[in-house]
Amino acid sequence: MKDVELKMLERAKALLESGEVARVVGWKKGDFYFDPSPAVFESVEELEKDFVYNWFCGANLSKYLIQIAKKEGKTAVFLKPCDTYSFNQLVKEHRIKRENVYVIAVECLAKLDVEKIKAQGVSSVVNVEVVEKKVSVTDLYGDVTVLNKPDVILTKCDTCTKTHQVKDEEIILHERPERDVDRFAEVAKLEGMTEDERFAFWREQLSKCIRCNACRNVCPACSCVKCVFDNPASGIAAKANDDKFEEQLFHVIRAFHVAGRCTDCGECSRVCPQNIPLHLLNRKFIKDIDGFYGEYQAGETSEGKTPLTSYTEGDIEAKDVFNGEAK
Amino acid sequence: MQRIGVFICWCGSNIAATVDVEKVAEVIKSEPGVVYSANYQYMCSENGQQLVKQAIKEHNLTGVVIGACSPRMHEATFRKAASEAGLNPYMVEIANIREHCSWIHKDKDEATEKAVVLVRTAIAKVKLNAPLTAGESPVVKRALVIGGGIAGIQAALDIAEAGFEVDIVEKNATIGGRMAQIDKTFPTLDCSACILTPKMVDCAQHEKIDILSYSEIEEVKGFVGNFNVKIRRKARYVDETKCTGCKICMEKCPSKKGLNEFNMNLNTRPAIYIPFAQAIPNVAVIDPTQCIKMKTGKCGICQKFCGAGAIDYEQKDTFIERQYGAIVVATGFKPIELDNFNEYGYSDNKDVITSLELERLMNAAGPTNGVLLRPSDGEHPKVITFIQCVGSRDTSGCGKPYCSKICCMYTAKHAMLIREKYPDTEVHVFYIDVRTPGKNYDEFFRRAVEQYGVDYIKGMVGKVYNENGKLMVQGSNLIDNEQITIESDLVVLAAAIEPEPSVRKIATLLTTSIDTNNFLTESHAKLRPVESPTAGVYLAGVCQGPKDIPETVSQASACAAKVIGLLVKDKLKTNPCVAQPDEMMCNGCSQCANVCAYGAITYVDKEFRVGRGTEIRRVASVNPAVCQGCGACTVTCPSGAMDLKGFSSKQIMSEVEAICKM
Repeated sequence: MKDVELKMLERAKALLESGEVARVVGWKKGDFYFDPSPAVFESVEELEKDFVYNWFCGANLSKYLIQIAKKEGKTAVFLKPCDTYSFNQLVKEHRIKRENVYVIAVECLAKLDVEKIKAQGVSSVVNVEVVEKKVSVTDLYGDVTVLNKPDVILTKCDTCTKTHQVKDEEIILHERPERDVDRFAEVAKLEGMTEDERFAFWREQLSKCIRCNACRNVCPACSCVKCVFDNPASGIAAKANDDKFEEQLFHVIRAFHVAGRCTDCGECSRVCPQNIPLHLLNRKFIKDIDGFYGEYQAGETSEGKTPLTSYTEGDIEAKDVFNGEAK
Repeated sequence: MQRIGVFICWCGSNIAATVDVEKVAEVIKSEPGVVYSANYQYMCSENGQQLVKQAIKEHNLTGVVIGACSPRMHEATFRKAASEAGLNPYMVEIANIREHCSWIHKDKDEATEKAVVLVRTAIAKVKLNAPLTAGESPVVKRALVIGGGIAGIQAALDIAEAGFEVDIVEKNATIGGRMAQIDKTFPTLDCSACILTPKMVDCAQHEKIDILSYSEIEEVKGFVGNFNVKIRRKARYVDETKCTGCKICMEKCPSKKGLNEFNMNLNTRPAIYIPFAQAIPNVAVIDPTQCIKMKTGKCGICQKFCGAGAIDYEQKDTFIERQYGAIVVATGFKPIELDNFNEYGYSDNKDVITSLELERLMNAAGPTNGVLLRPSDGEHPKVITFIQCVGSRDTSGCGKPYCSKICCMYTAKHAMLIREKYPDTEVHVFYIDVRTPGKNYDEFFRRAVEQYGVDYIKGMVGKVYNENGKLMVQGSNLIDNEQITIESDLVVLAAAIEPEPSVRKIATLLTTSIDTNNFLTESHAKLRPVESPTAGVYLAGVCQGPKDIPETVSQASACAAKVIGLLVKDKLKTNPCVAQPDEMMCNGCSQCANVCAYGAITYVDKEFRVGRGTEIRRVASVNPAVCQGCGACTVTCPSGAMDLKGFSSKQIMSEVEAICKM
């Protein structure tokens, strides 16, 4: 990972020095090794001081470009495979002008979840080395613990098979091994429940919500200039926090709003302080869209029609849907 | 302060028998904002309207709610009345207490309670109504007819005769449609080609008619008076402007195995062909699935022999875009597939045929030159059995629930013609009912029975099977109460007819409605039978429901009258209930434009103040002349930036709240 970070830093500096870009969007060091945060670098000095790319850089940088790429001059950005889908979707929705952005596709062999590491009994992480499926975690006291990588990666990385969909150049030093995963397995499990069981499941999960809005704020598809939940005139705002039941509607309304546009980047679940598996709501929509209109991956391209806002003769008819599935 | 007037209509006994109209009017009086409430026997009558007008003036009303029939019936009537009394016509709301209430309920107490709620709902909405003003839009003086069968031909000729330009778009290589395949027509038995082909020629020669054969509708945008239609001109691989129709290519073409669709696949045709001798346009077309040159690259014989140099193997589909003021849909029908009717052995026995196949076998221009020979061995059939209602009036799910309407008459015609031409032939007809209403129709059927000795058997057929080369038709004779088996040489199935399947796509493109049987829906079954619910779109022929030639022609002429009535106008009033974006909330994401069926939404870059500075944002802009107020954009917009005048989200939410309060 260090070699990748060095190469990224080198390229970022070169791009800024040459004046090819006015700024670089990447990650900067946090207070701790395990909490790097998204950042904009406008000078070589800033880069040298704070730039970082490590196993904890899980954040999706695409959404920041909506505002940042409006500034004068070009903006360079480092995008992991999953982030490029969000980027494409935002270009498609005219929220980002493609020509304003220089995309550097950067390798990702999954990112780690510090909470999952803590759950394994290791805290105060100061360094991580990964060799294939083993993660060696060094803590503040110099103790090294070896963990199984699949146990400590971010939930959104569990079923990821995404590849870079957009790039002006790439920094890939290690090839990611092929994976055979089924991202709909958990959705299928939910579908297998009875209605009452499913309602109980979601009621339990969603009642944990504290309405911190982190999921909405991080979601690249939730990029409205004025969100309906912040707009008293929409008549919806009040629906989201009247009582427990209304609170659940916040997530349901949000899932509907991003349906057909959600790229399954998994940021919603990553940032949720209550660990609500919000991505499963979106994945259910994705699975249904695939089933009803043919396989569709939002953000695969920045052009073309999307199944929910276009009509084709092959579209399923309402009469052919029963109990949420094609007859 | 709002001053609302409420007017409850009895609709004779239509509403008053199930809803206590006086009670509704009384209860509503105490609603906040209501200053006047009345009920009357026929609110839509001159006196009823007068009541509304007077109340508007006397009570200085700011909004009016009419509790009556569907707004589709009389919304316009009451808007006009309000306008005459000096109130903006869009300050009128209709509470539908007939179709939505009295007609569907039996219990008077319940219906009355519901009527009160519906009226309250309309009051909640009208309080948020804003005065609107209709704009104007110009009318393109040109009509489009989709489908070149007898319906399309008749409509086109009538419109053209009135002096308007008409385009006929026909998906096949020639116009003529199903009628061109028919031999004789009931009840007069005149030859179909003799009455149809002159009309086809009239179309071709009419200076106002442009025939776009071998073409399909690709895209429709716009609205009544201003449709913008993209038409795909399919590659026929023959230059239409050069081909003289000499048919030398057909003679020389070495590939002769293509099934002849015009003859219901009963014989074959060359890969390059003109569908039939009287085709319009009289221009060849190449079937690329049969053409040796196009399949293997070697051949090119037709090109060598074509004196006009019309053959072009490289031809590609082309697209043209044209503007129309009105559209006539006349897409016609096809007989149903008989896969679900194995009991009749259609797919197993060559000598079990459909009635349309029989038409071709009896047609002088057909595969047997009009001599009735059975397909299996070319022998004259001596015993022929007809089976009616194959897939019609079928509620089992295998066929169609409706009566195909034409089969009783054409079967009588077939039976009669066969007995006339081949008196030594025995003809049996199995029927459920014989339905022959219409001028000279029943007389026609009786002639078949009484003068021509056709054996009509009331009963259904259980199965048809082959025994020693004979077709055994086993059925019941309900009059004699016995099971019978008829040894037959030929079995003719009166297959149900269904709308041409491509009509589904066309209905979608035109945003018009279609029923469960794929028939296009007329605007009103009795009073607006040729108008579709989409303004400017009219329906002719079987696409709207089963009908015979005389009915089709009448309907086509009726369509033409409607089209002419529209095209003579220079301007149309537009609907002011159009979409309007709130630019401050618009993301510019294009989702609304993607779902807009009318192409009414474009985007502009605008400068907005943000904090202390400004920024350029991409925002939606609606062309009110093009917007039809369907509301698709308002529900698609993720931020709720798009709203519909007259049907704002706030209005709809307040209606929902009023209903939920009950």
